Amino acid sequence: MKALLALEDGFTLRGRSFTGSIDLAGGEVIFNTAMTGYQELLTDPSYAGQMVCLTYPLIGNYGINPEDMESDRIHMAALLVKECCKTPSNWRATESLPDFLTRMGVVGVEGLDTRALTLHLRKYGAMRGCLSTTMLDPAELVARARELPSMEGQNLVYRVAPTSPYRWDESAGKPVPVQLEADGSYRWPEGKTLRVLVYDFGIKWNILRLLAAQDMQLLMVPPSFTFEQARVVSPDGIFLSNGPGDPATLTAEIAEIAKLAETFPIGAICLGHQLLGHALGGATVKLKFGHHGLNHPVKDLRTGRIEVTSQNHGFCVLPPAGVEARFVSLNDGTLEGFRHPQKPIIAVQHHPEAAAGPSDAQAFFSEFKEMVLACSSQ
Amino acid sequence: MPKRTDLQRIMVIGSGPIVIGQACEFDYSGTQAVKALKEEGCEVILVNSNPATIMTDPGLADRTYIEPIEPDTVAAIILKERPDAVLPTLGGQTALNTALALAKSGFLEQHGVALIGANAEVIEKAESRELFRAAMERIGLAVPRSEIAHTLDEVRRIAATLAYPLIIRPAFTLGGSGGGIAYNLEDLDAMAAAGLDASPTHEVLVEESVLGWKEIEMEVMRDSKDNCVIICSIENLDPMGVHTGDSVTVAPVQTLTDREYQKIREASFAVMREIGVETGGSNVQFGLNPRNGELVVIEMNPRVSRSSALASKATGFPIAKIAAKLALGYTLDELPNDITQKTRASFEPAIDYCVVKIPRFAFEKFSGAKDELTTSMKSVGETMAIGRTFKEALQKGLRSLEIGATGLGSCFREALPDHDALIKALRVPHSGRLFALRHALLAGMSAQEIHEYTSIDPWFLHQIEDILRLEGRLRDFALANPMDADNSELADLLQEAKENGFSDRQLAAMWKRPESDVAALRKAMGIQPAYYLVDTCAAEFEAATPYFYSTYETGDEVEIHARRKVIILGGGPNRIGQGIEFDYCCCQASFALRDEGVEAIMVNSNPETVSTDYDTSDRLYFEPLTFEDVMHIIQTEKPDGVIVQFGGQTPLNLAVPLQRAGVAILGTSPDAIDRAEDRERFQALIRKLGLLQPENGVCSSLAEARQVAERIGWPVIVRPSYVLGGRAMQICYNAAELEAYFHSSVGTDRPEHPILIDQFLENAIEVDVDALADGQDVYVAGIMEHIEAAGIHSGDSACSLPPYSLPGTIASEIDRQTRELARELRVIGLMNIQFAVKNDRIYILEVNPRASRTVPFVAKATGVPLPRLATQVMLGRTLRELNPQGMRKEGFFCVKEAVFPFKRFPGVDILLGPEMRSTGEVMGIAPSFDEAFLKSQRGAGQKLPNSGQVFISVNDRDKKFLAPLARAYAELGFTLLATRGTARILREQGLDVQDVPKLSEGRPNIIDRIKNGDVALVINTAEGGTTTADARAIRQATLHQGVPFTTTIAGARAIARAVGHQQNKALHVECLQEYYGGEHA
Repeated sequence: MKALLALEDGFTLRGRSFTGSIDLAGGEVIFNTAMTGYQELLTDPSYAGQMVCLTYPLIGNYGINPEDMESDRIHMAALLVKECCKTPSNWRATESLPDFLTRMGVVGVEGLDTRALTLHLRKYGAMRGCLSTTMLDPAELVARARELPSMEGQNLVYRVAPTSPYRWDESAGKPVPVQLEADGSYRWPEGKTLRVLVYDFGIKWNILRLLAAQDMQLLMVPPSFTFEQARVVSPDGIFLSNGPGDPATLTAEIAEIAKLAETFPIGAICLGHQLLGHALGGATVKLKFGHHGLNHPVKDLRTGRIEVTSQNHGFCVLPPAGVEARFVSLNDGTLEGFRHPQKPIIAVQHHPEAAAGPSDAQAFFSEFKEMVLACSSQ
Repeated sequence: MPKRTDLQRIMVIGSGPIVIGQACEFDYSGTQAVKALKEEGCEVILVNSNPATIMTDPGLADRTYIEPIEPDTVAAIILKERPDAVLPTLGGQTALNTALALAKSGFLEQHGVALIGANAEVIEKAESRELFRAAMERIGLAVPRSEIAHTLDEVRRIAATLAYPLIIRPAFTLGGSGGGIAYNLEDLDAMAAAGLDASPTHEVLVEESVLGWKEIEMEVMRDSKDNCVIICSIENLDPMGVHTGDSVTVAPVQTLTDREYQKIREASFAVMREIGVETGGSNVQFGLNPRNGELVVIEMNPRVSRSSALASKATGFPIAKIAAKLALGYTLDELPNDITQKTRASFEPAIDYCVVKIPRFAFEKFSGAKDELTTSMKSVGETMAIGRTFKEALQKGLRSLEIGATGLGSCFREALPDHDALIKALRVPHSGRLFALRHALLAGMSAQEIHEYTSIDPWFLHQIEDILRLEGRLRDFALANPMDADNSELADLLQEAKENGFSDRQLAAMWKRPESDVAALRKAMGIQPAYYLVDTCAAEFEAATPYFYSTYETGDEVEIHARRKVIILGGGPNRIGQGIEFDYCCCQASFALRDEGVEAIMVNSNPETVSTDYDTSDRLYFEPLTFEDVMHIIQTEKPDGVIVQFGGQTPLNLAVPLQRAGVAILGTSPDAIDRAEDRERFQALIRKLGLLQPENGVCSSLAEARQVAERIGWPVIVRPSYVLGGRAMQICYNAAELEAYFHSSVGTDRPEHPILIDQFLENAIEVDVDALADGQDVYVAGIMEHIEAAGIHSGDSACSLPPYSLPGTIASEIDRQTRELARELRVIGLMNIQFAVKNDRIYILEVNPRASRTVPFVAKATGVPLPRLATQVMLGRTLRELNPQGMRKEGFFCVKEAVFPFKRFPGVDILLGPEMRSTGEVMGIAPSFDEAFLKSQRGAGQKLPNSGQVFISVNDRDKKFLAPLARAYAELGFTLLATRGTARILREQGLDVQDVPKLSEGRPNIIDRIKNGDVALVINTAEGGTTTADARAIRQATLHQGVPFTTTIAGARAIARAVGHQQNKALHVECLQEYYGGEHA
């Protein structure tokens, strides 16, 4: 089925929908250079509100399997590819990519010149776009794209974040709802040494898998969970997750995080890193087309070592005063993480949990654990 | 980490002659490395015996030794040059083995020379089966389990611990002969018995089979700070069981989830760290069970490899260059990514296209060889294609192969093979398996069924199915619809066909119209390719390097410059007769253009070469060398001219069609080329100049052939008129042999093409001449006297420059005739002529107004950069101003020797003949012919003995040469060994000779003696068209045992002279700079 993609600046491309007809899909159009891991990207909540163009042209080759989910559904607004494979080949595949998208009600378009699109985005920056199989008039679709809200200033966290606390069932590999006690406290299960309160702004499940693997007891809570509520739960440490949208819009959350930072050791990834940046007095700025891929070199300034990391962010942190960069991007020198000089705070902009991507940066999780441990034994 | 300051003088070891498994990819990596080291201010001492390499051009390294790559010679060079370090990881297995030998003997340590890149321990750990297995166990990685057995009982005991199927590999047999795959105990007993018998050490390896598993390769780099990155992942279409060099391979990996990919990525790093490669690039190969993802490590190469060259071309990341810099102590983040110039080398390339590599085979050159692919590599070249989809890349790759295929399907009305034939063609891997897949699908077999026969991943089969589905639609559409430019449905379909890699020629064949019609239709519809960049980063960053591929997309990244520019057409995939020599010429042409301020644009499809390094030319188009693909580039770039005379036959074949299309061909006119190639026009040319040519005639039946032969006189050379490179060419000494030839090669009556018959000038001296002309003046660049007599393909003969026995009067007459011919043909650029000299008469065998295989050799042997000058001449400069004669260096001898792949093709006779079979060449350079010849033999891997028994057996025609030859060896102190008849003749001449029984005369016979290592040298000459089983068996045993041998009288004479030198003189080495400077001893 013929499909048209239109960007707010008038750039259009033709393709074919492989998920049936769609009247209108829209969002910020970005590109990701990952050559593997489309399933993880699809189910990563950080892509909410975005239409993702994969630069690798052959997508869907290995199908979809039950194990590689990063959440229980697809969050991006559309998947844009050169060629979608309908008959996947992999021993773990249980479903094809078109079937998965169709089942999840998300549009997939193929036959697009994804390199032309990427070149355009590189040159002019990520921008709003619309997609349709029924509205094939370029001018009309461009107009629709201009009506969309811009990514800057959008609060998307509440579209994807949970509304109530839950825990992580390690053996089943999925979340299980929990009830806090009447006084707001939580009856932490026995056994594991450290208790960590995880703020879920749209967390990827692999973060939970890896935190749990660090022998940590996890309680996940919604973004609106306040500092006071956190105190009642009495964790050993706080973790701030990744998530979608413009961090600057989460003013209430930032204020609570500022309080949390005075009391608890904190670890953070991606959006969590950005929120911490704000909470400590820094700021965030929108990058031209962001960092989206699995091949981003990051230098650990403490050790001098290079980690090839998985990245997915459209904003970057301008470090607050007194906070020195610990990790920097070797591509453009932007901040990729810091460890607070005085406070037990460690945060990274990239994705040490990978999924998809290299595991080079996984030591982050043990460093976070050791930091929390050091505090809890004081 | 900053660069190490203790490394000032570095020795780089090359890979020597082109052989199967080690081709020009090592010139590519070596050249990059030498340039990188020079850039860092190092003094580079280079050793490589291969003169056809860019790396051995005297301007590149500081000291260039064209000497044999073997421990003794390299040690002598080290003693002379005193390098601080040896970098052995850029010259393939040859460099690694040589360095390892010098390290193990303690020589390097004794002289304070460091091994950088990989040390001895690392090399051994990676190469030794036992050490490697132990290392993998330490890091928790599996390897296919195997054990060595010496008896049938041991085999059974081992087999009981492993799962079937099992692979039986006899130790020390050629090409794995005697081994096989056992599916059950019965197979096992039979194969083990045969294998134990075939093995000279009665030893077989019983290995758990991972046959049919997926084969995955990873190209890894590591720096001295333990930063590791993957440059490229490669998935083989052909599953485990077919050597990766013989497999169709695809980059990046297609069918693995991120989880599996990351697991392999981590395993690759673990392997690199455990083996201990401190800096540089390595290649790790994995087998992966497609049923459950179980992973085994197959092997790792602690050096750059064919795969790393492919990975560099596939991604744009210069692995060898970076490896050289890492060896100096740099870390990845300190080095820039050349292509983006802004980002660093410490990243993992992201690509936004699909790369397909397809091997090129030459089974037809080796009669008796089985077209069957195994774990021993047999392909002689490869082509790479880039497309936005696998389908596009596959079809581009197939038409780049130059095997007559215009894509996956070339013939659309052929009858399909029957079911049994189809299944056989699927079950056993062979050179045409891709086409067998097409046939099987067309015959209605399902992808699943084909998967069961081939174990090829269904993903690839579905892709091929997609191509065939489109093929069907294209065919059907033409039957039912008007094929007009204003038919929009046709436009959509045509666009889709082009996106899927269909060539105009394929569509033309399908639609039964001329190719030009399809091109015109496309043009009318505006369906033209776009050129996209290979940029290492999937367009994320701006790229500075213009490395392009074509695809049918909406954008276009080529920015056309208004400068003066010239397109050079390369040679395509290596094959026998067209290899690195032509790439050398293309690269030189590019350098010359750049020097002249002309934009150099290279077009080639061979990933192994220096010409496809993005650094070589101003622009690189990685494209098939077909008319359609080349025309598109020409239409895009609008060059001032196109150079076709450097890339061998491939671009030459395009000369006439390009000229007809209005393209300016630089240099010699296509008409002159035709005048030299067309038999009748050539005859007229020779007559006009009053020159001499062997008697010849044409015939179309055996009866006619007999008449022609009688007229000309025996012996004659016969060949079908359509073939090139000596295919199906044979010498017939009598009517019976002629008849046999017709029966076996062409059919007795009314063969498809006429047969050409030439007088064969027996025992004539063959002379090769390369010349350079500017349309007026002619520079005779080199007169090369062949060692072997005429009748042996010039590419397979050794030759000497200057001539070593040719009388001066003959040489000057050859010089004169060369000038005449060049002037008559108005040659602008290079020309090669083959002469035969018999009884002081000079015959012209062939004239080729283009660069020849010998051009790089002549350039090295005379110090005159021929292809550069030829390019300047084509741009309008005159020889008078360039003055090549003034550059000429003299006072030494250079001998070129050919290198053959016989060990790869068990059962193929090693006799030389008119059919070319060598894959590469070496050069020996020395003050005397004897020493130069000796070095050429050593360089070719033939270590000549100083004493021992020499076995002599010659055919009847050569009997007259027997006694003096035998006497020469006797005088050198050798014991003569001969069968009864020959021994009697020698005794009659008063020579001491030992009798040895023929095969039928009891044991120990001659073959036993060879196998026992009693024989130091074998001289065994041909018996005309037919060969006795005995002689053949002797030659096979010789080859098996690695005994030095020659199959010609001339070769035997030259060897005697070389041995004489070796007995009396110590090894001496000199570099080109010394020879050219006239400093040599």
